[in-house]
Amino acid sequence: MSCCGPAPDFDAADEVSRLVSGKLAAFLKTLRDNGFAVGLAEGRDAAMLMASGYMARSGLLRSAFKHLFSARKSDWEKFDGLFDAFWLGKRVRSRSSTMGSARAANNPSLKSLANQQPEPRAASDAAMDQVPSADGADADRSGEGRMEGASRAENLADVDFRKMADPGQLEQAHEAAARLAKAMRTRLSRRDLARRRGYRLDLRRTIHGNISHGGVPISLVMRQRKTKPLRLVMLLDASGSMSMYTGVFLRFIHGVLDEFREAEAFLFHTRLAHVSDAMKEKDAARALDRLSILAQGAGGGTRIGESLQTFNRWHAARVIHSRTVVMIVSDGYETGDAALLGREMAALGRRCRRIVWLNPMMAWEGYAPVAAGIKAALPHVDLYAPANTLGSLAALEPYLAKL
Amino acid sequence: MKNREEIAQALAATGYIADGELATAISLMQLLRRPLLLEGEAGVGKTEVAKALASVHATELIRLQCYEGLDQSSALYEWNYQRQLLSIQAHRGDDPNDVEQQIFSEKYLLERPLLAAIRRDKPPVLLIDEIDRADDEFEAFLLELLSDFQVSIPELGTITATAIPHVVLTSNGTRELSDALRRRCLYHYVDYPDADREARIIMARIDGASASLSLQIARMVESIRKEELRKVPGVAETLDWAAALVGLDVRDLHDAPETVHETLMCLLKTHEDKARMSREITERLLGKVA
Repeated sequence: MSCCGPAPDFDAADEVSRLVSGKLAAFLKTLRDNGFAVGLAEGRDAAMLMASGYMARSGLLRSAFKHLFSARKSDWEKFDGLFDAFWLGKRVRSRSSTMGSARAANNPSLKSLANQQPEPRAASDAAMDQVPSADGADADRSGEGRMEGASRAENLADVDFRKMADPGQLEQAHEAAARLAKAMRTRLSRRDLARRRGYRLDLRRTIHGNISHGGVPISLVMRQRKTKPLRLVMLLDASGSMSMYTGVFLRFIHGVLDEFREAEAFLFHTRLAHVSDAMKEKDAARALDRLSILAQGAGGGTRIGESLQTFNRWHAARVIHSRTVVMIVSDGYETGDAALLGREMAALGRRCRRIVWLNPMMAWEGYAPVAAGIKAALPHVDLYAPANTLGSLAALEPYLAKL
Repeated sequence: MKNREEIAQALAATGYIADGELATAISLMQLLRRPLLLEGEAGVGKTEVAKALASVHATELIRLQCYEGLDQSSALYEWNYQRQLLSIQAHRGDDPNDVEQQIFSEKYLLERPLLAAIRRDKPPVLLIDEIDRADDEFEAFLLELLSDFQVSIPELGTITATAIPHVVLTSNGTRELSDALRRRCLYHYVDYPDADREARIIMARIDGASASLSLQIARMVESIRKEELRKVPGVAETLDWAAALVGLDVRDLHDAPETVHETLMCLLKTHEDKARMSREITERLLGKVA
């Protein structure tokens, strides 16, 4: 800014900078809407960059902003598109807005995934609104009604998820699953802390600690190996045959992933999709929303073998360590090659600590694991359990805690 | 302070063939005083970036290799207990206050990489390698250090950085890093180089590699990376292979398909991959390399 310019010039420059900072603020909002973790400090730095000559070429500014605002590979990959859409006016538009319309219009697979979450709630609200009431203040009352419902959740423990017909009941089951997951998460990590114990002498620290005794080792310092926290990797079958259960397990997964770094989630049907990032969205409904994009084709057939192959090849090395439990939730109706499934299960078993296979159908009367897929997989499974009720989900916790 | 073009030139002069955007990242590091977080597959040359950066700035490279269980005493500082004890024994009978003064002085302080990095006169390049291998607690501690650049040693007082080091962090993604650390850093994703760039890397690093051979090798590796392999070969493996071929006096890959197939062990590091890359597949890929 020139120091001796006349006042109107100064105003004009001021006006320009005000416009630019307004535009920048809007861009930051776009980024946040698209899942970028952008804070105030980044905004300040961005403004500084724009002031210091990076605006001269849009390519340069884009590259600079890309480094500044990205925090992970997914950010890195989608940044250019967002930048071009916002600053150069190419019509790609922010993802959040397209997502809203996609959900409303042409994505029926989402409904089966989310078990019609947003919609039924609206419907039940509407139903409550129709209850004859003297005044218009019935909104509060409908809230109370739901509170009452939540306290009844314990009774749901033994009801099979697929027999929960009414949306309210289902919603309660979802919430209970999420709560259960959170409780399991904290208890499992806490137990881990208590188990640490030293077994090796730490000589340096012992000398250090005993300097006050003139170096005579009176109090010993032990070295301890820290146990890695248990990591849970969940592979959820989202095929048509599982559609009655996917909703509740998604909520369960969301509860486990929420603020918990040692967990990863994958969805599979005919393909495998890594959904941890999408599921880390705080708001459950929004998380399911983001999922719908990843899970195109859900509700169709299942190729468990191929999905596991993809998992073993692309994700296993990164996601699995020595204290990892892989939890597969599937009915085992394999439409692909059963022999492949057996091979991949064996490969997976070599990598991880335990494989838990949850099969909601197991509790059905007259069910026997005769399908080729499940037959091939079972020899490699450490725990094969039903998971069709909240009670059976909760029963898993002691098993996981022992690892 | 250098601008972007100068940095790009300086990088090229050091023999590091950077992708286009890295120069921007490095100039931003200076301008915004933020650390640079590099992510990418193993073997794409993340650590090399730090080395190149050190030679661009003509400064020292201080490296902290992270591992599970890394703690402050091996990353930041530690007292030299043995010497302290000796000193106590030697000065038995002296005024205790004097002895204490003495044994907690600079002389008895063991500098570890992080402390070393903030006590240099000329800002060094601090490479924190494979940060994802360190524990969460260490990551949090590092975050604090990277924002204040000062360290407090209870017996000695607070040590403030004399010069802010250029910090480069690398991660292989074995563990998810915290959002706080990610936000604090500039981010750069290092991808496998395209054939053209990889050829230039080979020429810069391997003496006696001709332009045509380098390009053939780079194209061959590029197509091998597209095969379904358990372990995709990185740039370091490419260089090994190129060195092997040059050492065996291969001028053109088409002249020596046998040698090409036999030296593939430089690139393929698992039994399954080796079995998959049969002679026929090697020849098919070789046929595609112009």
